[in-house]
Amino acid sequence: MDFNDTPEEAKYRAEVRAWLDKNAVRKADAKDAEQAKTLEELLKRSKAWQAKKAEAGYACITWPKEWGGGGGTTINNVIYGQEESNYAVTGSVFAIGLGMCIPTVMYWGTDEHKARFVKPAVRGDEIWCQLFSEPAGGSDVAGLRTRAEKDGDEWVINGQKVWTSGAHYCDYGIVLVRTDPNVPKHKGLTMFWVDMKSPGVEVRPIKQMSGDANFNEVFFTNVRVKDNQRLGQVGDGWKVALTTLMNERLAVGGSQGNADVAELIKLARETEIDGKPAISNGAVRERIADWYVQAQGLKFTRFRTLTALSKGETPGPESSISKIIAAKKMQDLGSFGMDLQDMGGIIRDRNISPEEGAYTEQWLGAAGYRIAGGTDEILRNIVAERVLGMPSDIRVDKDLPFNQAPKGK
Amino acid sequence: MNFDFSDDQKMLKDQVRKFLSDKSPLSVTRKVLESDQPYEKAVWKGLVDMGLTGTAIPEAYGGLGLGALELCVIAEELGRAVAATPFSSSVYLASEAIKLFGTEKQKETWLPKLAEGSVIGTLALSEGLHAASPRNITTAFANGKINGTKMPVPDGDIADIAVVVVNSGGAGEQAISLAIVDLKGAGITREVLRTIDPTRSQATITFKDATAELMGPAGQGWGQLSRVLDGAAVLFAFEQVGGAEAALEMARDYSLERYAFGRQIGSYQAIKHKLADIYVKKELAKSNAYFGAMMLNDEGAELPEAAAASRLAGNDAYVFAAQESLQTHGGIGYTWEADTQFHYRRAKLLALAIGSSAQWKEKLATRLEAKNAA
Repeated sequence: MDFNDTPEEAKYRAEVRAWLDKNAVRKADAKDAEQAKTLEELLKRSKAWQAKKAEAGYACITWPKEWGGGGGTTINNVIYGQEESNYAVTGSVFAIGLGMCIPTVMYWGTDEHKARFVKPAVRGDEIWCQLFSEPAGGSDVAGLRTRAEKDGDEWVINGQKVWTSGAHYCDYGIVLVRTDPNVPKHKGLTMFWVDMKSPGVEVRPIKQMSGDANFNEVFFTNVRVKDNQRLGQVGDGWKVALTTLMNERLAVGGSQGNADVAELIKLARETEIDGKPAISNGAVRERIADWYVQAQGLKFTRFRTLTALSKGETPGPESSISKIIAAKKMQDLGSFGMDLQDMGGIIRDRNISPEEGAYTEQWLGAAGYRIAGGTDEILRNIVAERVLGMPSDIRVDKDLPFNQAPKGK
Repeated sequence: MNFDFSDDQKMLKDQVRKFLSDKSPLSVTRKVLESDQPYEKAVWKGLVDMGLTGTAIPEAYGGLGLGALELCVIAEELGRAVAATPFSSSVYLASEAIKLFGTEKQKETWLPKLAEGSVIGTLALSEGLHAASPRNITTAFANGKINGTKMPVPDGDIADIAVVVVNSGGAGEQAISLAIVDLKGAGITREVLRTIDPTRSQATITFKDATAELMGPAGQGWGQLSRVLDGAAVLFAFEQVGGAEAALEMARDYSLERYAFGRQIGSYQAIKHKLADIYVKKELAKSNAYFGAMMLNDEGAELPEAAAASRLAGNDAYVFAAQESLQTHGGIGYTWEADTQFHYRRAKLLALAIGSSAQWKEKLATRLEAKNAA
């Protein structure tokens, strides 16, 4: 056992590092003043960086070269990601488009679609969003109600999507709609691509509980799309959506907040319980030990996955446990960091609170992270069904026509 | 990145699994549970014949000269089978302690016999109902003799030799030494203890002017013990991962065959989520144990933290898996005939075997504090 690169991996890593050194600034050397202050600025920089990567073969590393990708392996992609994370650059605005939407277009689109959309997306010229979730369809996405009705060789879309990341700056999106309410819910769906600048598309930011607005609601009012914007057959939308969702776990990422065990130990040294350093308190020490074990378990589970990729094997199901642990740990650790500040733990001010307010921010943010990209509960179902081979839930609406199935408000 | 066992190690694992599923099914462990026999001699003999007792003992001392990684894959299979043998006492504890800290003469005397299984060893640490510390070890060593009582001692009723943690005089940690005692000698009384898991026997051993020999210079025992327990923590963690996996499979299989309210009980989310939680804990334990194995094999700088994390994740995973596996079985799982009890008993036994989670959490916090010194 070792954590070393194979000779080929080491060679690739050295090339990547040399290229990054020439073309980007290391985080350690980046000044605060260099951070993008506005969305426009962020988009401009992201696009310029993405174009540079595409030219060098570091954008969409695993995709074939003829589609603008790098023609590399999954482990190349992992190595590039590890190295790039040390530099002050960002590609987060492209994550959903390139992680989920364009792979769907590549799999289900016509040759014309692929020729038109794939390369501009890889270069960062066009940004994509994913329009699946709805107020009435979250974990049960197939319960969505946005409808599309045929009108000549066009379709007319009406309804509302929700939790759409980046809709306010995206050029295109893929939208899952109901084209037939008279058949059971999974059978009446169809997928289209849509120009986000089309008349009738209205994007409104959602203000989250934390006060931030990272997502949007998107309203469709008589939005017309051509039949040739369809991805897959009419009624095959669910099958198409599964291609997209298969990639979601990768695209949602692994944020665990900025405060972890090392920060907590520091905080426990600086705070007191009953007039003594908090770090000498047994309950505090127990929590530190517990989260260290979890953090290490997550890290080395990732290493097991990387090992499989490095050997060219398919990773085992162990990677499915990560978000279940990570999201809850982020929430609990944030909450406990606030407890250590005692009455002061309620303060949300980066100038006063430790780690620039990381504990409160991750406590607030984790409430969303436990839901995004598969709730804790849905992820447990997935482990039980796909890993342990247990039966899927009984679905009372499975065989009923959608318009006769029980619904809430 | 090569964070996995080698093909040879995986092959060894398969061989051990095949042997144990053949010779040590739960019906064999049950025979030990339902009789006075301290362990299953045929299974022990089979392990010895395969050379496994000498796995990590150097060839110069009659062993196979392999490393900790090989011991880890064996441990996982012993845990899965809930085997009734003194393997952990003799191999993870006694052999490792003598290999690491014995004098040349002690190694020459004992390691070949431990490797060939003609001698069974153990570690005598606990002195009653509290966690051992340098302040409360009272078994006294003086002039080549020891006096005191150890309880519980794993396999203390059948072991031929013991590495005994003794007070050799002085203050604090400097008072503690490790000593080898031939349990066949004079001045030794043993009494079998009644415990929660009769498939692994335990005893009280009383030493009265029994002959003992220090391992190396006096006063280094506490540090030596700490290193031996770190190694054992990793090896027991593999047993726990194997046990947790077996308990999970048992629960999954039962949940698919048992019907209630017209459906398989495995179709209810209450059961699905419970089993998913076992899986999550088991994988976290496995990942921690892998890093522990790597640090143990390489004698890496992070062994103290990695061992503690392996221990804690292993304790948590197996105890949870065993108790929730029994719970999934409902009433039938609480009967004497059911096999769920083997995991329920063994999981708790292992979780206390080399110190409780509370004790190891304190150790880990102390080690992390030192590492993250302000």
